[in-house]
This record gives sequence, C-alpha cells and structure tokens, in this order.
Amino acid sequence: MSDVPQQLQYTKDHEWIRREDDGTVVVGITDHAQHQLGELVYVELPEAGRPLKPGDAMAVVESTKAASDVYAPLAGTVAGVNPALTSQPELVNTDPYGAGWLVRLKPADAGPAVALLDASAYAALLDAAH
Amino acid sequence: MGHQTPLYAEHVAAGARLVEFGGWDMPLQYASALAEHHAVRKSCGIFDVSHMTVVDVMGPDATSFLGRLLANDIGKLREPGQGLYSCMLNDAGGVVDDLIAYWTGDDRFRLVVNAATRSQDLAWLARVADRDDVVLRHRDDLLMIAVQGPLARELAAPLLPNGAGGMALALKPFNSLLQDDLFVARTGYTGEDGFEVILPAATGIALWSALAAAGATRCGLGARDTLRLEAALNLYGQDMDTSTSPLVSGLAWTVAFEPADRQFRGRAALEQQKAAGIREKLTGLLLEDRGIMRHGQRVLTPAGEGVITSGGFSPTMDRSIALARVPVEAEGPCQVEIRSALRSARIVRPPFVRHGRVLVE
Repeated sequence: MSDVPQQLQYTKDHEWIRREDDGTVVVGITDHAQHQLGELVYVELPEAGRPLKPGDAMAVVESTKAASDVYAPLAGTVAGVNPALTSQPELVNTDPYGAGWLVRLKPADAGPAVALLDASAYAALLDAAH
Repeated sequence: MGHQTPLYAEHVAAGARLVEFGGWDMPLQYASALAEHHAVRKSCGIFDVSHMTVVDVMGPDATSFLGRLLANDIGKLREPGQGLYSCMLNDAGGVVDDLIAYWTGDDRFRLVVNAATRSQDLAWLARVADRDDVVLRHRDDLLMIAVQGPLARELAAPLLPNGAGGMALALKPFNSLLQDDLFVARTGYTGEDGFEVILPAATGIALWSALAAAGATRCGLGARDTLRLEAALNLYGQDMDTSTSPLVSGLAWTVAFEPADRQFRGRAALEQQKAAGIREKLTGLLLEDRGIMRHGQRVLTPAGEGVITSGGFSPTMDRSIALARVPVEAEGPCQVEIRSALRSARIVRPPFVRHGRVLVE
C-alpha cells in the first residue's frame, strides 16, 4: 500500500503540498506516483522566480521508462527547488515526502488553486483506481 | 489480460511488476530495473523471453524458401548450428521483422522472430512459402530464457538439462545446439555474452528456478531495453518497421546483394534505393546537456533534420543516449528538441557499450 501522510494535502495528479510556517508551500510527488514511475534518473526543476498558474507544468520527473510532468497546485512564484535532485534524483523514490521534495512556492496573495484533497480523500482516490 | 508465459507464476511470486507488451503480460522489473541492468553488465541476469515467436521450418525447400524470405543470405551458413541475423522485407523494401535463423539439421531451420509482430510474421512466412515444400511449425509449446552477462555461460552450463553444459560451453558466438527438445544458442540482446535457451515448459520452469537459486538476477523488459539501447541493437517498431529500409536503419551489413542472382523479397526495391542514393542513416547520439532523449524527438543537424528512434537513460554511462535517423552527411554536434527546448547533443558511432565497456567518448 502507498504511504499517504495525514498532515499533507494532495492533488488528483499525485502531487503533495505542505504549507510552511513562513507562508511558502512545498510540493512533491506522492509515494504512489514515484512507485508508478519507477526509478527516477532525471528531474528537471524550474528557475527561481518563475511565475506559475495552477495547473502549469513546473517540473519533469523522468524514470528509465517515461517522463511525467509535475503541475503547480496553486498560483505563485518559484521560491526555491531541491538542489540535491540534480545529482540524486532517486531521493524522490526513497523519500518522496522528505528529502525528495521538488519545489517551494510563494503563493500569490489571492490566486486560484486546483482542487486539493485531504489524506483520506486522496487515499480513497487511490483505492478507487485499483 | 494478455497472454501469460509458463513462467508467469514465478514472476508474480518473485514480486515482478508486470506490463502489457505485444499482447503479453511480462515482467517490467522486479525490485530495480537499474540493478538488473548492472547485474547483466557485471555478472549474470536472466530474462523470460518466451513471448518471442519460435517457428521451425522443415522440408526439402527449406533452404530455398529462406533464400527468398531473408535479406541476408542463408547460404552463408557453413554447418548446422550456425545462426544468421537477418531482416525479412516486404516488396517495397520495408522491414516486416528482424529475426535470427538457426540451421538446426538437414532441411531444418529454427526462426526466432518478435512477439509484437507475431500474426503479421506468420502470415508473411506462409505467403512467401506459397507452393514451397516446407512445413512451418509455430512452437508456442516452448519456453525461452535468455541468460546474459560475463558470468552467464559458466553459471548456466551446469544447470542445463540433458547434461548439455559441456557442449553449450563449446559453442562459438552465434552458434547453437539442438539436443532432443533442448535448444541452446550463444546469442542475446544485451551486448554481453550468454545463452538463449529454448525448451519445454516443465524443464524450462525448473531451469529458471535453478538459475535464480544459483545467483542469476531476474531481469524485466525495462533492463532489456536499456541494455539493448546501450548495445545499439535495433528494436523492431521503433528503429525500423515496414516503412523503413534496412539501408537507413543501420542494417545494411545484414543485406546480402551477393550472390547477384539470389532473388529475395525486397531486393528490387533496395537496388532502386541504392541507385537513387541513400540519404539517411541510423546513428548514435550522446546528450551533452542534462535531460533524457526519447523516441520521436526532433534532431537538428547542420545537414538537416532527423528523428530519435530510440532514446533513454544509459545506466552504464549515467547519461542519456539515443539512436536517431539523420541525414547521411550529419556528424558531430547537433541539437535535440526536448519538450520545446533545444539541447546540445553529439552524433557518435554506435554501439555505446559492449561486454561491460563504454565504447564512445
């Protein structure tokens, strides 16, 4: 079974979102997503300062077999990316909710967001897909 | 659900992740496709390739039939046991499939063709055979295991049934032995040494288990694809198909225009192509920038545009490599369009890796 931490929010596209005390938002891909992709061999991350609309492709994760876009869950700008993934893309597989985080966003003041799911709704979505 | 090989239950029990391929449910990987890849380069891996199509050709016209069917010359085989890699072509010179033909005995050959092309291949064989005095027997009763890697032959030989290990170890590359219902060839699709073993299901399941117990790493289609790409072995349907000639697919060396009076299917079309001038070639690409090249991406060279036929990540080289069809004059630096960004790449002469060693700079 995939790991779905309670304290995070999720998108139907298998991103997770963690709201930080400083007002930024950290985004990664879920345990289910990394498992589906297989071992990652390359991660492409956005430039700091890039403005994003909800649903924009902001990163690409590539395994030996396929490339997959990662989408911005809300409006904002890129405040930082995970520098470790340049040399260790496999961190996304081994620690998807921790050391394998992808992008830190500074949300726009009042921007739209994609529909976010809580942990139980995301877990239900995974169950329904099986 | 697709077809299942006789080893399906073994794969499930070993925790394989399964994928549909050419109508078959096949292992994509077990624990790690990257670890499986490295195991084949450094020690020994085993692959269930029972989805491949085995056809026995028997009868007085077997040799003349293959002389017309194959772009390579079956007459090159000097003694039973030898194998020949070849394409079979349609009348436009396009590739119907690639295969290995083994001479198995008097008026007998064994063909191993691809899985995804099975029905079109069988139809084409029957059509070319036409009024020949040959019997075509599709051997879907057999199982096929590839044992590949620098330690593969030593590890597999003592485990082969019928005490065939000694004879198997004596095989030269691209040679085979057939002993009752056990077939062993010193061939493969990884760029490493090894065997491909074809045998009945019951003994095949026992052999698979024995190989795994002896330390061979179970490998899936994921590792099979990265290994063959590093070895620059063409994949039918990606690097060539019915719309491409072997002359633009890196396979000119497999087309035997001599003897000049051998009328094989597709010959006239290939001669016309040669007379008109061959404008494209299949070559290797190394990505100089970060990223991963993929099938279908555009290649921009000073000599004109090309396209990636197979691209991916090379675990041995830790960078992206590809096969691409480009203008025949193209060489040196080029660019690849990866998701609308132009990335720097370089044209290199394949293969990239053979026998555990990187061959390109």
